[in-house]
Amino acid sequence: MSSLAGKKLFPHKLLSAFMLGLWLLINNTIAPGHWVLGLLLAWAIPFFTQSFWPQSMVINRPVLALRFLLLVLWDILIANVQVAFLIMGSRQKLNPAFMRIPLELKQDFTITLLANTISLTPGTVSVDLQMEEGYLLVHGLHIDDIDQAIADIKTRYEKPLKEIFECSNP
Amino acid sequence: MSFATEVVISLFLFLGACFALVGSLGLARLQDFFMRLHGPTKATTLGVGGMVIGSIIFFTAGEHELSLHELLIALFLFITAPVSAHIVGKAALHRQLPCEERTKNVPWAEGEKDSVDIN
Amino acid sequence: MLQSVIQITMFIIGLALVLNLWRLCIGPTMTDRILALDTMYINSIAMLIVFGMHEKSTLYFEGALLIAVMGFVGTVALSKYLLRGDIIE
Repeated sequence: MSSLAGKKLFPHKLLSAFMLGLWLLINNTIAPGHWVLGLLLAWAIPFFTQSFWPQSMVINRPVLALRFLLLVLWDILIANVQVAFLIMGSRQKLNPAFMRIPLELKQDFTITLLANTISLTPGTVSVDLQMEEGYLLVHGLHIDDIDQAIADIKTRYEKPLKEIFECSNP
Repeated sequence: MSFATEVVISLFLFLGACFALVGSLGLARLQDFFMRLHGPTKATTLGVGGMVIGSIIFFTAGEHELSLHELLIALFLFITAPVSAHIVGKAALHRQLPCEERTKNVPWAEGEKDSVDIN
Repeated sequence: MLQSVIQITMFIIGLALVLNLWRLCIGPTMTDRILALDTMYINSIAMLIVFGMHEKSTLYFEGALLIAVMGFVGTVALSKYLLRGDIIE
């Protein structure tokens, strides 16, 4: 990769690819002209704003990332049906609880992804993040066993995220 | 447009509408704020997701060319819904809203009122 | 057949919007009202998408996207105001 006055020419490849996809989607076309314009924008915007994005994210294990994405989508579907039944069922049987999930993740972006995943899936919403004490406060709609639920979230979502984004570049 | 396509579109639309209704029902009938937070964040995103898939099939089959730009709405909502739920929840924590009595581990109960120091 | 399904869908979303409006009116706290507004804009996006199919026009997509962006910003600004008593410090 060549460097230009201390700047990288392609600072964020993933962001560039994402922006190109977004540009083609928003114009709803795959005409050659839009490919050119999209490529230009996808190069120029990350290049000129690279000082705003200190961390460059790297996907270490693409296959695992894809599997994680499918797992999350499937969980969202299941969770929606479960939550729908909980909402329509008896209100008195619900056992809401707050949980503190200790975090092993270090990077801001990965923690954001974890919090968003938790909010989108089974009956849980992340409501607060305490960086100094290193835990995420999560509210669950119907939790029978708090320790079990915390362990579930840690093995199901945190471990794959840690492997995908953080393991081989400490 | 063939009959089978219409059935598929109708299925997606109907499922999406039902999820949107259930989410709003949860907002209307659950007891405390933190429980109400669950309805909208999940059910409505999937509700809009169903509509979007239905709409993609509808315009693709109607105009005989792939029309994917509705996906942007679903993508945007899937990114922003957890963020807005998080920040509304944070505001509620900050104001220490009353919780349902059965709630376990309320952060500001049992004298640890200062531990929820949100800045 | 599809036209009547679309009309039923619009009716169901309208019902959802009425429920949200009810929560918006009875409160009881400020955060509940913000949450009700948040749900309301998401439901109106769904309504606009279905209305676009009803009119067979892709124009409404742009409106739905705009509501999505503006609604998110509005929710965040209102919550931020509750958190800090100020939006931009």
